[in-house]
This record gives sequence, C-alpha cells and structure tokens, in this order.
Amino acid sequence: MNEAPRPDPDALLRLVARQGNDGARGRLKVFLGAAPGVGKTCKMLEEGAARRAAGSDVAIGVVETHGRAETLARTTGFEVIPRARIDHRGQGLEEMDLDAILARHPALVLVDELAHTNAPGSRHDKRWQDVDELLDAGIDVLSTLNIQHLESLNDVVASFTHVRVRETLPDRVLDEAEIEVVDLPPDALIERLREGKVYIPEEASRALTHFFSKSNLSALRELALRRAAQTVDAQMLDLVRAQALAGNWAAGERIVVALSDDPGGEEVVRTARRMADALRAPWTAVHVETPRDAHLSPAQHARLAAHLELAATLGARIASVPALDVATGLLTVLAETRATQLVLGKAPRSRWHQWRHGSVVDQMVRGTPGVAVHVLGLAGAAPLREPLRPRGWLTRRWGTPLGYVVSLGLVALVTLVGVSIASFGNITNIALLYLVPVLVAATRYGLRTGVVTGIAGSLAYNFFFIPPIHTFTIADPQNLITVFVLLGVAVLVSQMAARSRDQALMAERSAAQNRALAGFARLIAGETTAAAVGQVLCAEAAQLLDVRAVLLLPEDGALVLRAAIPPEDTLTTLEHAAARWAFDRMRPAGRGSDTLTASDWLFSPVAVGGRPLGVFGIAREDAAAPVRADQRPLLASLIDQAALSLERIAAEAEMAEVGQLREADRLRSALLSSVSHDLRTPLTAIIGTLADMAPATPAQTTQIATARAEAERLNRFVANLLDMVRIEAGALTRTGEAVDIAEAVASAVHDLKPQLAGRPVRLDVSPELPFVVVDPQLFHHCLLNLIDNAAKYGATGAPVTIAARRIPGGLALSVIDQGPGLPPGSEARIFETFARFEGSDRRGGTGLGLAIVKGFAEAMGLTVSAANRSDNTAGAVFTLHFDEAHLRRSDIDPEDA
Amino acid sequence: MTPNAILIVEDDGAIRRLLHAALTRSGHSVIEAADGRAALAALAIDKPDAVLLDLGLPDRDGLELIPLVKAAGAALLVVSAREDTAQKVAALDLGADDYITKPFDSEEVLARLRTALRHRVVASAPAALLRLGAVEIDLGARLVRREGEEVHLTRKEYALLAELARHPGRVITHAQLLRAVWGPGHEHDVEYLRVAARGIRRKLEADPAAPVLLRNEPGVGYRLMV
Repeated sequence: MNEAPRPDPDALLRLVARQGNDGARGRLKVFLGAAPGVGKTCKMLEEGAARRAAGSDVAIGVVETHGRAETLARTTGFEVIPRARIDHRGQGLEEMDLDAILARHPALVLVDELAHTNAPGSRHDKRWQDVDELLDAGIDVLSTLNIQHLESLNDVVASFTHVRVRETLPDRVLDEAEIEVVDLPPDALIERLREGKVYIPEEASRALTHFFSKSNLSALRELALRRAAQTVDAQMLDLVRAQALAGNWAAGERIVVALSDDPGGEEVVRTARRMADALRAPWTAVHVETPRDAHLSPAQHARLAAHLELAATLGARIASVPALDVATGLLTVLAETRATQLVLGKAPRSRWHQWRHGSVVDQMVRGTPGVAVHVLGLAGAAPLREPLRPRGWLTRRWGTPLGYVVSLGLVALVTLVGVSIASFGNITNIALLYLVPVLVAATRYGLRTGVVTGIAGSLAYNFFFIPPIHTFTIADPQNLITVFVLLGVAVLVSQMAARSRDQALMAERSAAQNRALAGFARLIAGETTAAAVGQVLCAEAAQLLDVRAVLLLPEDGALVLRAAIPPEDTLTTLEHAAARWAFDRMRPAGRGSDTLTASDWLFSPVAVGGRPLGVFGIAREDAAAPVRADQRPLLASLIDQAALSLERIAAEAEMAEVGQLREADRLRSALLSSVSHDLRTPLTAIIGTLADMAPATPAQTTQIATARAEAERLNRFVANLLDMVRIEAGALTRTGEAVDIAEAVASAVHDLKPQLAGRPVRLDVSPELPFVVVDPQLFHHCLLNLIDNAAKYGATGAPVTIAARRIPGGLALSVIDQGPGLPPGSEARIFETFARFEGSDRRGGTGLGLAIVKGFAEAMGLTVSAANRSDNTAGAVFTLHFDEAHLRRSDIDPEDA
Repeated sequence: MTPNAILIVEDDGAIRRLLHAALTRSGHSVIEAADGRAALAALAIDKPDAVLLDLGLPDRDGLELIPLVKAAGAALLVVSAREDTAQKVAALDLGADDYITKPFDSEEVLARLRTALRHRVVASAPAALLRLGAVEIDLGARLVRREGEEVHLTRKEYALLAELARHPGRVITHAQLLRAVWGPGHEHDVEYLRVAARGIRRKLEADPAAPVLLRNEPGVGYRLMV
C-alpha cells in the first residue's frame, strides 16, 4: 500500500502550540541545567539583555540572585516587576506577582526556577502554572530548570543521588518549550562550589554535599543532555510528521498502564509516561475495579487514588473498568483502546498466592498476542501482603453466627433423619444426606461455614453411622473417602457460589451505574431549557456522588448561577473566580484540581468540541475533596451528557433564531417588491401619458419632453434607491453563471442608447476572453451604472471606451471616459453613498450609481477601483477586477456547442 | 394591422387607461380586467387574441394565470414592475411570449405585441426562409447565408440559430434553448450557449462586439432581432 504521506493532525497541533499561532500564545524557552550553579540564571539574563537590545519589551518577573554579585550585576537595566507579598500564618512571603505582570504585559518576561512551589494562598500551586497563564496571555517567557525537577525523572535522579526533590514539573510543560542546555563540566562546577559561587540553601547543605559528587554530576549532566535531545528529537519528529516528509514512524502506538493499590505504583506510572514520551504515543491509565476493591483499606484506597492522580497529572487518560478479575478487565481495555503496549507492575507474591490466584502477568502475556507487555518488578514495595482488614471483614470471611446455627441445625436434623432411616436397617446412602446441609451452608453462608458444616457432617456421620458406631474411629478406609468427599464438596460449592455472588454484585454495580446514566440521559433529553438541564445534572450528581452541586452558564459574557442543589446555594467571589478560570481555560479548577485549590468547590468545564458551554461545580459538605479518583469517570460521563444536551438546546435556539431571520428576510423582500411596484406604477402612467400626449404648440413639445425626461430621471432614482436598499439590507440574491463579457457589454450599451445619446462607444473587448462567473443581472447593472456614469461625466461628444483584458492573476474590465477626471485623493471616496463632486449635480447624478456598482461588485466577490487616466488624456477609469476564481476558460468543443 | 381583441389584466386604473388608449389607437378592441377573477371570466367569454398581464394582481399571483392564458390559445405579454430575472425566466418558461418591465414605452409594447400575434399565427407553420438584414436563414434547406454567401455553422450553432429563428423577435430562455438544442438534462449548461452564441456572432455579425442580430437578455435568454 503506497499511501501519500499525510500530515499527522496531532503533530500539527503541537507545532501550532509551539509556534504560538500568530502570537496568540507566548513562547516558552527553558534553560535546562544538570544541577544548581551551572549558570542557568546568568544565561537567561544574557538572553533577556540581548532581546532587550534588539528592541523587545523585556521585564523581570522573578529572578533569584541569592545575593551573588555576578548575577545581580546582570539584572541592572532591566525593569523588575515588584513581587507580591502573601501573608501566610503571620509569615510574610514574597511571590512573583502574576497579575502585575499580566497587567504590565511585556513582550518577554524572565521567570526564574520554573519548578518552584508557590506560597500557600497563591492562585496556583506551582510557578509553572503561573507561567502557563502568562503564555496564554501571549507573553513570551524565559525560565530555568534543573533536570531533577522533571516529574518523569524524579525517581531516576533520586535513585542515585538519594536526594528526592519535592518540587516537580510535569513533562508536558517542557514538551512545548524551546530548551537550551546550560552545560558545565562536573569539575568546573565543583570548582565553583568550592569558591562559594553556588548558592545552597542552608537547611539542605548537608544533603547536598553528597549530591555534588563527581559521579552524580556526570550522571545528571548526561540526563539533562539526553532529555534535551529527546525533546528536540520529538520536536523534529513533529515537524517531520506535520510536513509528512517521511512516512517511517511507529504509527498508532497506544500504551495502557495498569494501576493497582500496590505500593510503588508511582514508578509504574512514570515508566509508562517515559515510554509514551519516547514513542510519542497516547497513554491510558487503567484501574480494574474487581470485587476485591470493596474490601480495600483506607490506606490502599488512598494509594490507588494517588496513582490515578499522578497518571492524570502526567497526561494520561484515566479509565476505571469494572470486571471480575484484573486480567479480564485489562483484556477488555486493551481491545477497546487497541493498545500496542501494556505496562504492569508486579508486586512480589508468594508462590502459594500465585498458584491460587494465578499471575496477571502470565495471563496477559498469553491473552494478548501483538501487545508488548512490559513488567516492572516492584522490588522495594513494602509489605508483601497487606492484611485486608476493612470493617466487617471478620464476618465476611467467617460467615455469620446465624449461618452456623442454621447449618449445624441442619446437620442435626439430617442426623435425626438418618438415625430413623438406619433403624430400618439400610445405612449405605445416608452419607448423601449430609450433602444437603453442606450445600446450603456453602452457597448461602460462604466457604468457611461450608467447610465447618462439612466437618461437622462427616463427624456426625462417622459417630452415628460408621462402625464402630458412637466412636470417631474409622475402621473401613472406604468410609474415610466419604468424609473427604463431604469436605471437598463444601470447598468447591462455596467457591462457585462466592464467585457467582461476586459476579451478581459486579453486574449489579455496573448495571446501577449504567441505569443511572441512562436514566439521566433520558431525563435531560426531555428538557428544553439550559436551566432545567442544569437542575437535573445537579440533582443527579448530588445523589450519585453525595455532593452539593451548581451549574453556571455564560450570559452576556458573565457566568451566572443557573442551577444548584441544594437550591439555595450561592458562590463567593473567590469561587466565582475559580469557576471563571475553569470556563476560560477549559480546565478543572478548585479543590482536587491543581489550580485555585483554596476553594471548597471543584469546577469542571462543560464543553463540547472545545467550545465551553458552562461550568459545573461540586463540593462536599465536610469540605473534603469533592470527588474520588475512581468517581471521576462517572462525573465526566454526567458532564458530557449534560454538555450534549446544552449544545442541543443552544442549537435549537439558534435554529429558531435563523427561522426568525429567514422570516424577516422574506418580509423584507416582499416589502421591497411591493414598494417597487407602488412607486413604479404611477411613474409608468406618467411617462406613458406624456409619451402619448399630442402637443398643440411648439412650446408644448418642449414642455412635454422636459416633463418626460424628468419623470424618467425620477424613475432611475427610484431604481437606484431600491438597489441601494437591497445592498444595505443584504437582500441581494446572487447566482453564478458563465457570462461572456463581450455579450454583456453589448447588452448594456444597447440598453443605454437613450443615455448615450449618440456618444460614440469604443469597444476594446476581445471576443476570445474567458467567460466570467458572476450574477448576470447584478453584473448587467454594474455595467449600466458605470457606462451611464461615463456618459454623464464625459465631455460632450467625447467617446466612452470599454476595455477588457487579461492581467496577471485575472481579468480587468475598464470603463474609460474623457472628461474632467476625479479630484485627486477622491479615488476611494467616489464609491461612497451620495459622494458627488464639484459640478456633478448639474449632470443629474444621484450619487448612488457608483455606490451601487461597488455594492453589487462586492456581492459577487469582485473589486472595483477608480483612477484618472494615465495616457495624458483627461478622464476617469473605473475598473472591475475579476480574479482567477471568477474566470472560466471554456473547454467546450465548438462542435459540441 | 388586423384588429385583434386584447385583454388587459392590470389592477392600476391609470395604466389600464394608458394601454387602452394606445391599443385602440392601433385599431385593436380592448377588454379590461382589474383582477385575476375578472381576467379568467374575460378569457372564457371574450376569447381574446392576446393578453397583457400584470403579475402583481390583488387576488392572485399573475404567474398562475399564464398557463391558463396559453391554454386558451392567446398570445401573452407580461407587463410588470417586477424586475428580477427569476420572475422573467419563470414567466417565460411558463409560456409567456414576452416580458416588458414598467415603466414601459407604449410603442415598444405595441411592437412586441405585434411580434407575439404574428408568432401566434405562424406558430403552426413557421416561415421556411427568414431574412434578417444581410443574413438569410433557410430552415427548409438548413442553410445560412450572409450577403448571399453560405456560412458554415457547427451543428449546435445551427440548431440554436434555427430554434431562435422559429420565434423571431421573441426572447427564449436559456433553459428552453438548452433543452431544445442539447436535450433534457442540459438546462443549466449556460456555458454551452455562450460558446455557441459567440460562434454565431463571429460568423454572422458585421461587428461581433456590437451585435445587432443575436441579442442577449442578461440572465434570461436570447432573442433574434427582427
């Protein structure tokens, strides 16, 4: 298959994001270093100075000089935007003043330490988010970063430096940036360190002494260079893909990473992210919701949520899939996402555990031909198996006391029945009777009750029926088999029953969720107003997620609260700001997101196809994070459904509006045609009557002629006025039809015979010109008005020349008169409505003719221009320009035509 | 000119009187109708030879009357203030013989009426030979001569010219010409017409840039001038 190379749309989008799309978004350049002290800040200041020297409007947002003269000296001459003071628990902290920079709006701003964490109470948690907002505002940013702050390399760096930095930066920030590596050989850096040229915070100095070992620095340096190269590679690749220069790249790689509550899952997530980066592939983080999830401890829940959150911040799509076991769930996801790579973490499990539960890894390798399975050993993972001890765990495992009472009661009953049967002599099949209590206990009360009942049953059977009777001794080995069979049945049946119980439970759970969503979809489908959809959405979310909910919709540019549960809920100014932010950026804001986290509310944008329709906010009564990670897919489904409904309602409103406009159009055109009829009819009578009048005296001949000429002039005014109204009302209907210019000019000249009054018309129109595609009637009126204008302003008896010729890029049709010409500088103004120049009123113009030419020409997509003649003759030239799109060179065989 | 019975369908009294006077002067007898109902009655009772029809009638759209007038066998001239080509084309396609926009010149109305009436007489047996200035169109022999010399036209050029010559002086719409010459399905291929018209002018007109024989009605159709 040899398909033509086709630009990859995603790559194009990334390119657009980087190139700033006509300056809509600012550009970020990051000076990347291996370690503190390599001179990133100085490099950044140098570049800032260079751009300032080149005439750019440059300001310093924040630069940490750490009191070093070397750095300080370089900041002189820059405008420094003062930092904002933030009071936090009586402590005055200084942070970059984001709003001041946005207000000042320089072309380029210098922002040091991109991975910095802002003081509590700032708008964003992280400085890179501030930078993101600056870029959004179209401001270019220069910034600095040390390699160990990069999220995906955090573990790697920690593994050899034994220093884990908490301030991390999502990799995607770097993806969109231009990177310049600031490189310094380790020896030189250590030298600088000795000279005290490197700033190290005091509290970290001990940890950092180890950090600055030569081997560490070499490794970091390699990492920085490699990461920069990778980004450049990726950017190069984007360029290649966007231009589809070559077709040889791994198309359609898709990565799925399976997440569990096992400790160490962060490493699995980061590995997947690195792979996704390297392959430029989309990735999905999946948690398979098994029945086991119901028994997770709070600590395990928290770990799982943290893994999902981390994956989300690293750019993964999050999915939660209910399934009976992990392998089944994963296979479904792999099939659905058509994944090519699977990343799994494998916690160390005992052989016994593996033998009993099987290994997910084995199942995946066997069950997924064509998918590369990457297994990451979770070596350092703390406890081998965390005891599952949720509430009610004991009863769930061991069954209820009632179960034992009922089961043992049944054993007693069966024994009684057996004894009475035995009294008739036959005891061989009595053992079968004990299956009844075992089956009942195993299916209804679980494994342990079943096993206990089995043991009780076999003991009873042994005691009462197996010789020697009334002892627990078993003489005949055959009877031993009976005991084991009873126990075996108990185990098997209880496991089967437990499985089907779980299955039913799972089915019920996903059915309940589907039911809820389907019911919700049905409910909102019937709603006809946005507020009503909002109310249903709020009620549903409040019920399903146990939260307070609000929906804000845009009205005249402001976000207005349109629905709430409880209905009396209102929002504070701060919360409104968070909602506005979510709406403008189309990203979640507030508690549980990464922006404006001080708010109790989590605001999610309600959008369809990148168009925001509103903001949905939820909050919990106890001010906890409003939504658990595993509930996010449900929340997203609710919002998506509501968004579709809101869009439908908006579309309906639009349709109604279009209908009204169309009705207005119809009325306008009816009105125009009636006005035109009512004005023309009396004129027709006047002109006709005058024409038929027989003059009695020579004086009357002149009078009648004058009256008739004036009536005809009035008629032309009416026609022009009506045309003008049609242009200004946008009521021109136009068609496109191939028109022969020579023919059209001839028609116009013919129709204007009275106005030309014997004035010679010179035609310079080659009959071989291509046809033009225009509306024939509008074009005819353009010609009429242009030729009429030339006749009006040309000197008495002077010819009107009409010339049409091919010009580069199209065709030009000129009407040339020989008269006073245009007053200098009036060339554009002449087409304005009622533009008339000195002396023109003597010639009977309405001042509308040329405005009509312009209006009609523009309605057909043509342009019209005016100039004075350039051939040393006084006079004006009016030219209609046709571009190539308006030309049709006929390829019709004359024999066919 | 043979006197004919002409029906004027026009709601405006002044225009009716004006047309009435002009027609009587030329010796025609005149019937007046102020609305569609009266027009239908007059059409049935008086059996006019020709109808002058205004499209803007108080009780119905004049376009609706056109097929009825044609069914009655009368020549039909539309006299209307409606200027847009769509209306003209609609009226002509429905069978109107000509279309005159208000304000009109009485002389022109009379001239067009004459053409329409003549066509009504000769429609069944069109003249085999048509002489238009220096050009002679011999429909019987399928020959075209200019100043006595035979002119070679392509098949389609000849077919187009012949179609126009069957109704001299009358405007034939693009759709009608295309259907007659190129066949059904070609009603919108105006480009074919333009090419053929160019060819005819080049071969027959004294000055193809200032044609006197084959006139174009912008957006409507062509007319062979007599």
